[in-house]
Amino acid sequence: MRDLLSINDLTKDDALEILDTAVQLAALSDSTNRKFPTLRGRTVVNLFFEDSTRTRISFEAAAKRLSADVINFSAKGSSVSKGESLKDTALTLQAMGADAVIIRHASSGAPAQLARKRWIDGAVINAGDGTHEHPTQALLDAFTIRRHLKQDQGDLAGLKIAIVGDVLHSRVARSNVLLLQKLGAKVVLVAPPTLLPVGVEHWGAQISFSIDQVIAECDAVMMLRVQKERMEDLFFPSEREYARNFGLNAARITGMKESAIVMHPGPMNRGLEITAEGADSKRSVIVEQVANGVSVRMAVLYLLIGGATSRDLTAQMGEQS
Amino acid sequence: MNSWLIKNARDLQGEKVELMISDGKVVAKNDLDQPYSELDAQGLTLMPGLVDLHTHLREPGREDAETVLSASRAAVAGGYTAVSAMPNTLPVADTAGVVEQVYRLGQSHGLCDVFPIGAVTVGQEGEQLAELVAMNQSEARVRIFSDDGHCVADPLVMRRALEYVKLFDGVVAQHAQDPRLTENAQMNEGEVSARLGLKGWPAVAEEAIIARDILLAEHVDSKLHICHLTTAGGVELVRQAKLRGVKVTAEVTPHHLLLTDELAATYDATYKVNPPLRTENDVQALRRGLADGTIDIVATDHAPHPQEAKDCEWSAAAFGMLGLETAFSICYLAMVKSGLMSVAELSLRMSGAPAKLARYKDHGNLAVGMPANFVLVDLDKSWKVDAQALKSKSKNTPYDGMELPAVVEKTFHNGVLVYDRVNQGREGV
Amino acid sequence: MSVVLNAAEISRALRRIAHEILEKNHGSSEVILLGIPTRGVVIAQRLAQEILAIEKAEVALGTLDITMFRDDLRMRAPRPLTPTQLPKTGIDAKHVVLVDDVFFSGRTVRAALDALNELGRPKTVQLAVLIDRGHRELPIRADFVGKNIPTAKTESVKVNLSEIDGVDEVKIEGRSM
Repeated sequence: MRDLLSINDLTKDDALEILDTAVQLAALSDSTNRKFPTLRGRTVVNLFFEDSTRTRISFEAAAKRLSADVINFSAKGSSVSKGESLKDTALTLQAMGADAVIIRHASSGAPAQLARKRWIDGAVINAGDGTHEHPTQALLDAFTIRRHLKQDQGDLAGLKIAIVGDVLHSRVARSNVLLLQKLGAKVVLVAPPTLLPVGVEHWGAQISFSIDQVIAECDAVMMLRVQKERMEDLFFPSEREYARNFGLNAARITGMKESAIVMHPGPMNRGLEITAEGADSKRSVIVEQVANGVSVRMAVLYLLIGGATSRDLTAQMGEQS
Repeated sequence: MNSWLIKNARDLQGEKVELMISDGKVVAKNDLDQPYSELDAQGLTLMPGLVDLHTHLREPGREDAETVLSASRAAVAGGYTAVSAMPNTLPVADTAGVVEQVYRLGQSHGLCDVFPIGAVTVGQEGEQLAELVAMNQSEARVRIFSDDGHCVADPLVMRRALEYVKLFDGVVAQHAQDPRLTENAQMNEGEVSARLGLKGWPAVAEEAIIARDILLAEHVDSKLHICHLTTAGGVELVRQAKLRGVKVTAEVTPHHLLLTDELAATYDATYKVNPPLRTENDVQALRRGLADGTIDIVATDHAPHPQEAKDCEWSAAAFGMLGLETAFSICYLAMVKSGLMSVAELSLRMSGAPAKLARYKDHGNLAVGMPANFVLVDLDKSWKVDAQALKSKSKNTPYDGMELPAVVEKTFHNGVLVYDRVNQGREGV
Repeated sequence: MSVVLNAAEISRALRRIAHEILEKNHGSSEVILLGIPTRGVVIAQRLAQEILAIEKAEVALGTLDITMFRDDLRMRAPRPLTPTQLPKTGIDAKHVVLVDDVFFSGRTVRAALDALNELGRPKTVQLAVLIDRGHRELPIRADFVGKNIPTAKTESVKVNLSEIDGVDEVKIEGRSM
């Protein structure tokens, strides 16, 4: 694995390796906030063109726990806001010797550009590109599901997961559909027809317009954030109508399976896609998802740049000659 | 030197043929009296010079991407002896002054004919009709009008334009793209766009405008031309309209005859184009449409862009691909090599038919008395596309590195050798 | 390829080491055996069984994964992690006995010492190995050794244990006899 741009970059075994590694790292991090020397001397850059405190902090914590040097680059107030292109920004970081670049960008495909054109020599990790994918989010979601429903072992066969909300614009949904199915789970997408992409019927997931019809058979319900601005683009007529028909409220929670869990990638619109009862209920693992994110991201960093990278091998060949 | 005896060539049926040119015009055998040069065209096929009705020359205003000169060089390298300059320049070609400027630039370079297409509306803003008669009566003699780059979306404006051009038997060429359905759209809406997270451009945004404009043209009995048709649905609409006798014509680009939206999966903005690459089903329908004449002509929609406009993330990239230098090869590959058309039929669609549609009377056939606008092509050789070696100022071709059939060897304009592949750099000799 | 220790010899060596551990540490109450995966874990379990038989009391037992502390990570693809399990009482003020199958360059033990450093402060750290094959690259020595086997650097020592490999034996490969 050289980069992590999309869940499609991973085989099922790769994905399980990440999850299993994360289990070990989570166990070790439980009591103490220990550091490992594993990435000492490696430089990890957070290249965030979109605001995101929680994801950036999660990656930063993961990198620091592995003793990597972390450089944070955010677009606001930087050369990018003065019109510097993605290419030039990348080449500048490259010149500073980044072993891994974690990139979040508003344009789908921006990480793929960095990797494919090799403006960045090191590993490229997609922390969310436009409406395309957010692979580490899906990995931490799968980790969380596996922890609660499969005792941290094996795949997700036999489970049914509902993903509810703005599927059309959600990179979290895309990555999750790919990963959950890769791990053997069944997925049902619940959304109003306006928020489902044309072509979604090829994703292999069940489609439903009614959360009530499917919620009782689900082992996990993943609520997606719905942006209020979508109303202006006529995706739904009002917040009230959306919340009433697609929101996770107290009544719907009681209809869930005994063992089922409630998830949300955050940040939440309390009152729109999820009520306080939903967010704070005993079934909710939303806060735990955040902690799991650090372990999963540590695992990703370890597997991408903890061992020999192509730069190391090139350097070794140089030494030998 | 504009008197020639072209020997040992093959015609479009594969038969041996000779061509006699005297003082820039095609003459019968016995009328070749002036001193002339001989050219042995062994192994080469002789055909009328290609005619493009959809080219973006970028001058005035975007000379960093292309100029009339560089586009002319690219045109003759692709076998074109006439190109039509789309008006989306800076300033827009919506007055007699600008169209004449472009026309004269083309004449001054002397490589191929440049016929400006005038804007339908002032500034291409879609609200006020531009002075179409003034452009028609100018030196540029504009007959085709288009707001290409933008759609004439207001149905009333489109109606008025269709009615008004009847004054001089003109044609309105529509860039069919409903603006509301394609706001910020990036690529064809379908399975691939859903997977890639790129905003979709639905086929209906093109087809709805085509359907509307066909009905308008029928209602006011005027001539409509559909630019760059890209969908199976659009082909069917044109087919049915023609059966009813509506005066509609249509064009297809070489890239839409070959490439599909799957190519966007790499997020390489070289494949970002307006209208977007569609599905394999659409490609097949377009090929059948060109073969059966539903689609009248091939037009390149040659759209040069500087490197920084393509070397970036998809959503920030400009729309468009080069086309002039690879057009014949791509069409030969898509249509002749696949068995759908003969080379004679292809030549008609790329030469005779566009010349007739646009009334470029000096192009499209090589009858005695016609100016000698022709090209010699080697149909048996192939060539490798090298983006850096193309004559265009820009390098945004989707075919870089590809091996393509059919090599344009020599292009003649008014009997002057303006492109000679083997002896390059000796234009005008 | 030759067998240098058979099942009976391995068993005797481990019983002796168990006695030595108990002797040095005055019993088992302050001792924690930490096996270094993979085969060090099995050997630690066997030592625990021996100690149970001798003392009639259980000794604290755990595993210590050292992957993240290795100094050769950058030389090949990342290695999979194995579990670290410590007794609930922790390692502070205890006699931690690291257990491994083959003692060679000493780098594994160095990594184990760094790993332990993050987990607490033992009273002492001791090392028990089944085979010491020489060729130390660091100034580290073992407290308890099953058998010393001089080897050439090009040879490799293979410890097979029935729990993992189906048979108990120690082999040397690459030796031209």
